[in-house]
Amino acid sequence: MRARISRRSFLHGSALTTAAATSAAAAIAGAAAAAVSGRPVTEQGREAVRLGPEAVRISLTINGSARPVSVEPRTTLAEALRDALGLTGTKIACDRGACSACTVWLDGQPICSCMVLAIEIGARHVTTIEGLASAAGLHPVQTAFIEHDALQCGFCTPGMLMSCAALLERMPAPDAQDVERAISGHLCRCGCYPHVVAATLEAAAVRRKRS
Amino acid sequence: MTTPSPQRTETFPCGLGADGLGEVTRQIPADEPPPLPPNSQLEVIGKPIARHNGRAKVTGAIRFTVDVTLPGLLHGRILRSAMPHAIIRSIDTSLAARHPGVRALVLVARPGDALSATVRYVGAPVAALAAESAAAAEEALRLIRVQYDPLPFVVELDRARAPSAPLVHDSVSVPRGHASGFPAPPDLPLHGNVRGPATLQRGDSAQGFAQADVVLEGEYRTQVQTHCCLEPHAIVADWGSEGLTVYISTQFTSGVRHELAEAFGLPLSRVRVVVDGMGGGFGSKSMLGNYGRLAVVLSRQAQAPVRIALDRQEEQIDSGNRPATWQRLRIGARNDGSLTAIALRSYGTAGVALGAGVGNVADALYRCPNVDTAQYDVFINAGPGCAMRGPGNVPGAWGMEQAIDELAERLVLDPLLLRDRIDASPVRREERRIGAERVDWRRRHAPGADAGVVKRGLGMAQSLWGANVQINAACEVRALRDGSVEVLSSVQDIGTGVGTVLAQVVAEVLGLRPEAITVRIGDTEFPAGPPSYGSRTTASITPPARTAAWQVLQSLLREAALALEVAPDALMAREGRIIVRGEPSRGMAFRDATALLRTDCVSAVASRSDDYGGFRRRMGDAAIAQQDLGGVQFAAVAVDTETGIVRVERVVAVQDCGRPLNPRQIESQVHGGVLMGLSFALFEERIIDQQTGRMVNPNLEQYRLAGCRETPQIEVVLLENYQGRSATDAYGIAEPSNIATAPAIANAVYNAIGVRVRSLPLTPGAILGALGKLRAGA
Repeated sequence: MRARISRRSFLHGSALTTAAATSAAAAIAGAAAAAVSGRPVTEQGREAVRLGPEAVRISLTINGSARPVSVEPRTTLAEALRDALGLTGTKIACDRGACSACTVWLDGQPICSCMVLAIEIGARHVTTIEGLASAAGLHPVQTAFIEHDALQCGFCTPGMLMSCAALLERMPAPDAQDVERAISGHLCRCGCYPHVVAATLEAAAVRRKRS
Repeated sequence: MTTPSPQRTETFPCGLGADGLGEVTRQIPADEPPPLPPNSQLEVIGKPIARHNGRAKVTGAIRFTVDVTLPGLLHGRILRSAMPHAIIRSIDTSLAARHPGVRALVLVARPGDALSATVRYVGAPVAALAAESAAAAEEALRLIRVQYDPLPFVVELDRARAPSAPLVHDSVSVPRGHASGFPAPPDLPLHGNVRGPATLQRGDSAQGFAQADVVLEGEYRTQVQTHCCLEPHAIVADWGSEGLTVYISTQFTSGVRHELAEAFGLPLSRVRVVVDGMGGGFGSKSMLGNYGRLAVVLSRQAQAPVRIALDRQEEQIDSGNRPATWQRLRIGARNDGSLTAIALRSYGTAGVALGAGVGNVADALYRCPNVDTAQYDVFINAGPGCAMRGPGNVPGAWGMEQAIDELAERLVLDPLLLRDRIDASPVRREERRIGAERVDWRRRHAPGADAGVVKRGLGMAQSLWGANVQINAACEVRALRDGSVEVLSSVQDIGTGVGTVLAQVVAEVLGLRPEAITVRIGDTEFPAGPPSYGSRTTASITPPARTAAWQVLQSLLREAALALEVAPDALMAREGRIIVRGEPSRGMAFRDATALLRTDCVSAVASRSDDYGGFRRRMGDAAIAQQDLGGVQFAAVAVDTETGIVRVERVVAVQDCGRPLNPRQIESQVHGGVLMGLSFALFEERIIDQQTGRMVNPNLEQYRLAGCRETPQIEVVLLENYQGRSATDAYGIAEPSNIATAPAIANAVYNAIGVRVRSLPLTPGAILGALGKLRAGA
């Protein structure tokens, strides 16, 4: 069974359990941790597993490999990937789910990795930009991004690619509106959207030809 | 003055387009390569070559500054002012200093010191610390206690102009005439919060207005736009016994090196600045910045590397912005359209900083004998503005290009015909012709003529931008014994693809494929390159790259000539071989020629010479070419007159940048310019609460940017404009492509609804208000 804790509900819970918050502050000051009296529950009403505030050891399945990692409960998946695991291909631009730069796959679904805590991933599979290419070479979307110049500074590119590649997994023959819908949450300040759409459509055509 | 170097005479292709080019004869330095033929005769230059670092970018392998990590790296955070205007009475850092993770702490505001202890905007740095983790830094920051003595403040342009407004600056704190990344005239008078004017007078405007048949007046307003680079401003500073190494997301490695050397009393030789991946700057990463300076101070104190990366809120409130402006234009014209006088008065605000002018569009875009302009800076208690893509001329064109359309209507002239009469530029004339044909301008209807709720309109506007060049720009090319080739410069690739065009230029000279050239840039260990601002990078660095490659080739040809028993000038480089002209079967592989080298490497360093025929103006390291950059954009819009929503359906951007080196990368940049202009026109606005002085939308969801669903069909038409001005004859595109978009959209909106909206952004509320559809007080 997996405890479903969103970042929002986690913060909400912390605000209610003031004792826990106090203990964090006390720990910060280097004093002994105070006793905890609050008993947070999940959105489903189940009693939550208490973790932290100190770092806990978890295992994440990333790009097909089990990666043991030590994270604090407040650590987002994006932070765990970048800071603890050195997978810096995933980018953080707004850190609150507004720009989609940090998009990775969770069991194949594109999500904002800044909006999910590392400790709630559990057994689900994480795929990052580092895992998009295979031994056979670049993913067709990656190749098409290069050929169509669907990137300029490249900072939004990893997230954009993860959404476009996910689209092709669920929809082998998208049209331009489908691509626009798939990347509608992504911000690109360099203005690469027209080339991103063209590249993704071509990648879809290439994939269909191959299969 | 240095002695003039030996010159020789050469004949260059000259003119617009690929066909029917004329010729121009120029004196050029004797050690520079012969004229480059038009693109149609070249192998690599002018072709849509894929980015040299494309693979690194699509695999996530490219290293941005936020990805740089060093052993023992500390994390810096800045404590920022919670008050828009206050004197800091005390700062208690005792708790923070005792935090177990904290390794260095520095005060920016020093209580008791009037200058540093006064904060003038929400977000102004107060203190900074470095700790062993980002979380520890954040925790420790919250333990700092600051006591403020609040002062009256003003955060709005019009209110700040009033004589009774709270004063933002005093005579000591007022900036002296430099704005981040953008020049501001020095030593202008200050009255209250109003500084200036910076003036320009030509002819006699009073007489000009007296000669006019028609005098048009209009007031135009632009809002504050923020840069919103996806990669935050970030630095990793590493102060060591051997010197200072800094990794920084910057538009100017070489400039930051100079700033650091000066600020920290180090010789240039002990300062190294590095950037690989660079996630957008748009003007805001032109200089070291307060965060950069603080990271170095903290690193020196901690004797450990320190990273500071701004979060999104810091980005929005203290990393620069495009100033808000208000301008009044007065234009006198004769009935035939010829302009007799232009008067401009503008007030702009770059917050606590300078540089809020409206550029030179009003005085330089059109022929007019009598001009009188006065531009004022107004201080408010908000974060400092700085250069942003087309600074000055973006708000300048917003006013002037609407005013010209309004004048055309008063004169009952087609806006294109009026411009044909008053615009001296042959380049823009051709651009207007091409664009008009593309959008079928003749079918453009009268303003507001569409029946129905959704009304369509067509409009256009023009761009003006100086063709900037950095003289202090150098590049090295090396051919190694195994046949590999490197191009090296400290120039940085901020996303425009300058590394790719460097590889193209070198490959063209050496007869190689661009993929064969190893591009090593973004590091001050290499020859000093130009900044990536002012649309000057390509113009500044590709000519010395070609010259250096050509000089390397001459060395190789001398070696090959001995082996082939011909004269060196009988040889040429082509398709990976050194061959005898006219006898392609006689020759050797490029790498067989390099194998003849006496040493492992033959190298040449070249720097940017003056434009052939000279510059129009030279200011220190920077210069302006004889011919400006143009650009004409056409916009088709649909306005829903019930919801007020403006939808841009199509933009045709006809642009020029001298010789285009990589049309695909240029197209990408023009897409970016158009979208940033569209986003500015319809969505973006920094909103500051008058009661608290705080920005209420310091994020990326309430500060709205255009996304893919707001993206119109964008068609880019690129002119080839050969003038024989340098070894590549290439100039910039970034800023010209951003200047015309907003006024083109505004002119199209007017054509759609028949009511002119002179203030930005064109929100649904603004449109409904203009249509008289908002209830009073709503």
